[in-house]
Amino acid sequence: MKYLAFAASVFGATAAFAETPELTVYTYDSFVSDWGPGPVVEAAFEEVCGCDLKFVGAGDGAALLARLRLEGARSDADVVLGLDTNLTAAAAETGLFAPHAVSVEYDLPVAFEDPLFVPFDWGYFAFVHNADLQGPTDFKALGASDLKIVIQDPRSSTPGLGLLMWVKEAYGADAPAIWDGLADNIVTVTKGWSEAYGLFLEGEADMVLSYTTSPAYHLIAEEDASKAAAVFDEGNYMQVEVAGKLAASDQSELADQFLAFMVSDAFQSVIPTTNWMYPAVTPEAGLPDGFDTLAQPGTSLLMSSQAAADARDEALAEWLTALSQ
Amino acid sequence: MAHRAQPVSAKPGIGAALCVAVLILGSLLAVVLRAEAGRGLGPADWQAVQFTVVQALLSAGLSVGLAVPVARALARRRFRGRRMLITLLGAPFILPVIVAVLGLLEVFGRSGWISQLLGAPVQIYGLHGVVLAHVFFNLPLATRLILQGWQEIPAERFRLAAQLGAGPREIRTLLEYPMLRRAVPGALAVVFAICLTSFAVALTLGGGPRATTIELAIYQAFRFDFDLGRAALLSCIQIGLTVGAALVALRVSSGDGFGAGLDRPVQRWDGQGLGLRVLDGGMIGLATAFLVLPLIAIVLSGVPGLARLPGSVWNAALWSVMVALASTAILLLLAVPIAAAIAVGRQRLELAGLLGLAASPLVIGTGLFLMIHPIADPFAFALPVTAVVNAVMALPFALRILVPRARQVVAEFGRLGMMLDMSGWPFVRFVLLPRMRAQIGFAAGLAAALSMGDLGVIALFADPEVATLPLQIYRLMGAYRMEAAAGGSLLLLVLSMSLFWIFDRGGRWHAET
Amino acid sequence: MLKLDSLVIANGDFRLSADFEVPLGCKVAVIGPSGAGKSTLIGAIAGFQTVESGRILWGGRAIEQDQPGQRPVAMLFQDGNLFPHLTIAQNAGLGIRPDLKLTADQDMAVLAALDRVGLSGMGGRKPGELSGGQQSRAALARVLVQDKPLVLLDEPFAALGPALKGEMLDLVDALLRETGATLLMVSHDPSDARRIADQVILVEGGRAHAPVETHGLLDNPPPALKAYLG
Repeated sequence: MKYLAFAASVFGATAAFAETPELTVYTYDSFVSDWGPGPVVEAAFEEVCGCDLKFVGAGDGAALLARLRLEGARSDADVVLGLDTNLTAAAAETGLFAPHAVSVEYDLPVAFEDPLFVPFDWGYFAFVHNADLQGPTDFKALGASDLKIVIQDPRSSTPGLGLLMWVKEAYGADAPAIWDGLADNIVTVTKGWSEAYGLFLEGEADMVLSYTTSPAYHLIAEEDASKAAAVFDEGNYMQVEVAGKLAASDQSELADQFLAFMVSDAFQSVIPTTNWMYPAVTPEAGLPDGFDTLAQPGTSLLMSSQAAADARDEALAEWLTALSQ
Repeated sequence: MAHRAQPVSAKPGIGAALCVAVLILGSLLAVVLRAEAGRGLGPADWQAVQFTVVQALLSAGLSVGLAVPVARALARRRFRGRRMLITLLGAPFILPVIVAVLGLLEVFGRSGWISQLLGAPVQIYGLHGVVLAHVFFNLPLATRLILQGWQEIPAERFRLAAQLGAGPREIRTLLEYPMLRRAVPGALAVVFAICLTSFAVALTLGGGPRATTIELAIYQAFRFDFDLGRAALLSCIQIGLTVGAALVALRVSSGDGFGAGLDRPVQRWDGQGLGLRVLDGGMIGLATAFLVLPLIAIVLSGVPGLARLPGSVWNAALWSVMVALASTAILLLLAVPIAAAIAVGRQRLELAGLLGLAASPLVIGTGLFLMIHPIADPFAFALPVTAVVNAVMALPFALRILVPRARQVVAEFGRLGMMLDMSGWPFVRFVLLPRMRAQIGFAAGLAAALSMGDLGVIALFADPEVATLPLQIYRLMGAYRMEAAAGGSLLLLVLSMSLFWIFDRGGRWHAET
Repeated sequence: MLKLDSLVIANGDFRLSADFEVPLGCKVAVIGPSGAGKSTLIGAIAGFQTVESGRILWGGRAIEQDQPGQRPVAMLFQDGNLFPHLTIAQNAGLGIRPDLKLTADQDMAVLAALDRVGLSGMGGRKPGELSGGQQSRAALARVLVQDKPLVLLDEPFAALGPALKGEMLDLVDALLRETGATLLMVSHDPSDARRIADQVILVEGGRAHAPVETHGLLDNPPPALKAYLG
């Protein structure tokens, strides 16, 4: 906020304003929306930090990283919140992030350790369908069925990329065959999650790529138990969302404080019913009612960030080849 | 040797066109300068170029091809609700992509109305789906552009034709073909240019990565590979294609005007035969059904959500209206001088106008961001930037609307104006502006509505505190609140149409329009 | 005095030369075969045609580089002499100030001019509501308030019937007597020339000939004119 700070000093802002440190957190758009965790988190953190927390929304995870790269070390951001493990390798490579000092026990299905990034929530990718549909139990069964699905394009959407990694992690060299099998089930591919979910709700497809936690929204917020998520025998791929501190931050201590706050109860208890994901550290009061009804995959799949970065281009090429026939 | 005197100076128009060119090419340059060595264009990119051109050609051809009979029917017939219909014709064009796509699919989708009627899912996804959607978006625009061509034929010419006993066939050769030769190439070029930068529509209706357009390839370069060089290169190809199309259109488009009239209301004596009446009625009916059914779908799904709209949506709506008004003002300041300059012979300025449409919004947004970020907080510029960019994007449409009329005014009254020493501002004020009122109103309405619906560059400049309505709708969808989002879409539709209607209506002078 | 000094006018491939003087206050008809360049000649004097070489002098001052509105010229075209969206009073008022910022006196002058041409009380109407003859009168009212020393008519009354045309020419004649302006008037019809013109310029064969006394010329036409008159 150089601009505003400058304006404030010129026009004689109050001493109190000038002395309040400001922490700028870049995050994805839906985090800061009125219905996301942003507003509650902001109020809770400002209560304890004596600072001004400013969330800046920038598209989705990938757009966030692109923006950071555009800004480089000159970025106003102190913390970036909302990258996932498919992006962290590229993010680390930029050299813009600084190591964190957080050490807590995460309630993740897999061990997670990263010197630069702290997880704040996670979820399983899954195909969501109407509860009265008997969902398929793996990709092969889905490919063999007549079920119609809508997915997102990995080139423009984070869940789309997640699906790419899911098939790659589960099937390795056989991934092209899986995509061949799915090709005739895919009604269409959308730019982002919202379009795909909207098409599904309009009845354009039997299933849509989303999260196992999606039915929780319908159940809790709309008291509608009609949606379910399919658990796959080969396992469901995880999305772990993380935050990191920028090396060039002029509020390094505050940034550390925020990351520590992020894994505390005040932050984590907000996540399930605002971000509709699992908290990285289960709050003391447990998960909200309704989350116990969610499908639980037997196997959790997740590539390391480096493996994901290495597999990405090949997986995309396979996807394009199979679906462009 | 003094070259031919003109009633208006081309200088303000040249200046405005330069501003636009600097804005677009400057932001492109900013991206290029920031780029590191990336990989060049691969076969997949060329495939994207090929698909983009094919679908854009098909979409433009079909949109304009269908627009001609629809516009002719509307020009020839007078019926109750005609004005209303012409206003409604503007609607699809100004809808945010996702709203329009959902509306279309509710009618044409696998479980849409038509599928239910037929008892089997319609196969909508594929190249034909892309073209269908693009025709949905662009048929109304093309119809209005061509209808305007009909309206620029003075009443006296139709009277003369009727007096000569000219039937529909003779009117076609005497009046309509020459008019179409002037109006059609420009309309084709504009629709082609719009379809070139299509992305979400093409992907969604295209049914998958077969339908990869250049804009999607730019997206991939930017966020998947962070290869700014390739993004800029692809953007240059988009611009090249648009400029090429525009040059062809300018070359092909020809013919003289129809001369002056005395603003008598147009009456038509031709086309009273039963066959033609059935044909016209059929064209109007089909076009109306095609365009209005998805709108009805949007309205129906939006009504329940209206009551559940959170306050932030109303704030966003207010912001959007303000941005739209600012954008309209900027547009007129650019478009009217450029149209005047083109009318006095600076033909090529229209190319500068098309740049805004040709350039990838993502690249423009990124370039502007790169230019502004080192100097100031981009959020401080969120709304001005949005207003300016929306104005620049609407410029090509405005020029298509304004230029033919400006030419006509200069041809009819330029000599008289100069004779009376009115060159410059008096000519603009007393002749050009009053004689272009209808066109200016239409262009302003279109610009306001487009700005309402456009997400454009906002993403990089999105201030969390002040979102525009389309952004807020996306946020609602992203938070699973599809019903509220549908309500927001309906609100957006109503606001856009109202702005369009107010401006368009304010400008009408042809009593019969 | 209007002087065309070794003037060559270019109109596409066509060239028209002229080298003569027209005395102050003289009323001159420009006649000649269709396509000979009558309109080109007066278009050049008004500033709408490119002058290739030579000069156009008014009262000894060269005007060929001036903008049309800066010249000492009031001109009526074949058609399109009125702006359809402006009232008759506004159309006439443009002759005084192109920005229509008229003083009360100037408003009075417009009303007086409309009275003079027989359009009393019609100042608020638009051209589309007037008859052809009334439209011509409105245009003449503007010529009157323009108060320019040189009036050019490019057949503005060609569309009117013979009686009405004669009426208009008489009105022009009367108005010019009052203002003392010089007139150049394109015409097809020798009787128009006889009616009001003191002299005649014959345009033919790429040349505009020097003006000659009307009756002498028409009663005793040279071969070129004879061929045209038939």
